[in-house]
Amino acid sequence: MAKPATTRKTAAKPATSDENFALRSLQDAYEATPRYDASDEELLKLYEQMVLIRRFEEKAGQLYGLGLIGGFCHLYIGQEAVAVGLQSALVAGQDSVITGYRDHGHMLAYGIDPKLIMAELTGRAAGISRGKGGSMHMFSTEHKFYGGHGIVGAQVPLGAGLAFGHKYSEDGGLCMAYFGDGASNQGQVYEAFNMAALWNLPVIFVVENNGYAMGTAVKRGSAETQFYRRGTAFRIPGMHVNGMDVLEVRAAAEVAVKHVREGNGPVLMELQTYRYRGHSMSDPAKYRSREEVQEMREKHDPIDAAKAELARRGVSEDRIKEIDKQIRSIVNESADFAENSPEPNMPELYTDILVESY
Amino acid sequence: MSIELKMPALSPTMEEGTLAKWLVKEGDEVKSGDILAEIETDKATMEFEAVDEGVIGQILVAEGTEGVKVGTVIAVIAGEGDAAPAPVAAAPVAAPAEAAAPVAAARPVAAPRAADPAVPAGTNMKTSTVREALRDAMAEEMRRDGRVFVMGEEVAEYQGAYKVTQGLLEEFGPKRVIDTPITEYGFAGIGTGAAMGGLRPVVEFMTFNFAMQAIDHIINSAAKTNYMSGGQMRCPIVFRGPNGAASRVGAQHSQNYAPWYANVPGLVVIAPYDASDAKGLLKAAIRSEDPVVFLENELVYGRSFELPELDDHVLPIGKARIMREGRDVTIVSYSIGVGFALEAAEVLAGEGIEAEVLDLRTLRPLDREAVLTSLAKTNRLVIAEEGWPTCSIASEVMAICMEDGFDHLDAPVLRVCDEDVPLPYAANLEKAAIIDAARIVEAVRKVCYR
Repeated sequence: MAKPATTRKTAAKPATSDENFALRSLQDAYEATPRYDASDEELLKLYEQMVLIRRFEEKAGQLYGLGLIGGFCHLYIGQEAVAVGLQSALVAGQDSVITGYRDHGHMLAYGIDPKLIMAELTGRAAGISRGKGGSMHMFSTEHKFYGGHGIVGAQVPLGAGLAFGHKYSEDGGLCMAYFGDGASNQGQVYEAFNMAALWNLPVIFVVENNGYAMGTAVKRGSAETQFYRRGTAFRIPGMHVNGMDVLEVRAAAEVAVKHVREGNGPVLMELQTYRYRGHSMSDPAKYRSREEVQEMREKHDPIDAAKAELARRGVSEDRIKEIDKQIRSIVNESADFAENSPEPNMPELYTDILVESY
Repeated sequence: MSIELKMPALSPTMEEGTLAKWLVKEGDEVKSGDILAEIETDKATMEFEAVDEGVIGQILVAEGTEGVKVGTVIAVIAGEGDAAPAPVAAAPVAAPAEAAAPVAAARPVAAPRAADPAVPAGTNMKTSTVREALRDAMAEEMRRDGRVFVMGEEVAEYQGAYKVTQGLLEEFGPKRVIDTPITEYGFAGIGTGAAMGGLRPVVEFMTFNFAMQAIDHIINSAAKTNYMSGGQMRCPIVFRGPNGAASRVGAQHSQNYAPWYANVPGLVVIAPYDASDAKGLLKAAIRSEDPVVFLENELVYGRSFELPELDDHVLPIGKARIMREGRDVTIVSYSIGVGFALEAAEVLAGEGIEAEVLDLRTLRPLDREAVLTSLAKTNRLVIAEEGWPTCSIASEVMAICMEDGFDHLDAPVLRVCDEDVPLPYAANLEKAAIIDAARIVEAVRKVCYR
């Protein structure tokens, strides 16, 4: 049995012990201020976004169980602090985001209407892709969210391409390109790293290391398990971040965003996180122990931690309960909407294949 | 409020399963994440987790029960402050609206294609190589639209491995004419991402043989995104470069990928023959909102043709062109094959057979109407394709003739393709493997029963 990702000794302060790692200036900057100094209101907002993702994904799991969602459905439960913490540091409408197939959380963190996402999951006409994309293929050009990609690793060069566009158009934006520890072993990731560094592209590569590439523990699939070091060959500075604490994530994001915005080229961030659910809904979970999952849920949950911090700060329990209640109603509403919306009309089969007619 | 626990679907294909084991009993308090039961599917034994908190009120399906349909209520959780719940009838939930068999909608019929714009009388014709025509097309579109840029291996300082991008760096600078490292998968992805973000990339592959490294982005990323996004996310990109057999470069550098790309909905595939079409169609491709695979041919780059000197020579995508009129037989071809077909038609004319030569120019969407119209006129048809015969453009044209032109056929349709072998290096073997005019002449004689 592979050791759980979090028992890795390096999880808390990984890079400090490694004096030879040259490209660690951002890590140093991050470690100097490892937690973002959020106001109560800011923390409440981050909490709210994480709870929205958690409840939304739980609901999606239920709807899947009921047969209302089909095919592949990859839930983000456990990883909420990553998308929420990072994207809270971006400028909506300016900075682009792209990810793989585990995409619901990133969309919710970018303020995309849960109704449209849930209706896409149930394959309805009102879905954000008109029911033609499904769980893995959702996009919102309005929010500069560019998917939603099902081929592991493909979003990395695509993200570098979006960054190329930001630079070419001089619009001041950057691209945040997420991928997993599994995708980190795809060759095209390094082709993209090379060109991104060579051309100084405004891109933040984010490895969401949840410990398992589907069912393969990091150690069984990766010769170098410290993913933040994998940009070294391309002179891309790396950062290793505890992805289970939303304020640590946010603090790291501030450092990375500043570096990229100032025209210094790409950054590679590794976010140490954990997914509570299976890789997809049909995951028999034989590759890790129940105790490992329970340990993470009970001791390292990002939402529990934020909640406890709010309580410590003296934010009233009523205020938090009110948020929880609101989120439940938003999620239930999205599920009702998704369940009751009609399926796409048959002529939709033939639309959107090509934009023009020839 | 009590919550019904229903038999979950644990995989995309699961319809029923065995409730192998309950790990809780009635009266147990459960919280989100607790394992309630083990369920066996055809693939594996899976754990069924609680999502909600509460007390297990009733277990309605005993452990060991086989064939429990997805959606059957298997237990009830009593929520906060609930009294003991009333028994719930175990009934499967209504399946999502799939009861009615989907009624196939008719595929909308495309509007008739526009013909090539007439060249005004008195237009000066100039002689141009295909290479120059392609370069001019890119340069004109780059002058017209600042979003257009060219990227690929050796396109800038080297002036293009086949000199197609000659002079572009000088005019447009390194921001818009970009040398890439030798990483086809990576730069095809970067180009595709740039197109998704609103630019108009022209991605050159030194040859399409190397695009096999990048084919995932061409198909999965570029071609499918518009559909998968419900029309939200476009990908206006051109992938271009030489395709097909060159000369004595061996099997890995000699292949016609037209059928590969023409197979994919969401792509436009263009394979011009002469300089006028190369220029007019490349300009159209760069302006198109859709991803275009633009297949050139190295052996044709240096050939010279007459080209109208127009300010803006743009030709319609999706329209075949009659290269030579004839009444006895139709020879359908594209790219370098058109040259062989015209040569064959010349020979055949000497034998009293008037062959009509139809250049498809665009392979997807393919101009079925032009094929069928010519067939209706000549009643005999041969397809000449520089490429393998199996699952080829030739196969597709034959299928079109069978489906919609059967009544017009006076003879079976024949195809003249390369030999079904990897391309050999030896000069004599290579010559034997690739189509030529003589083979087309032979096939035409057959369909004309001569």
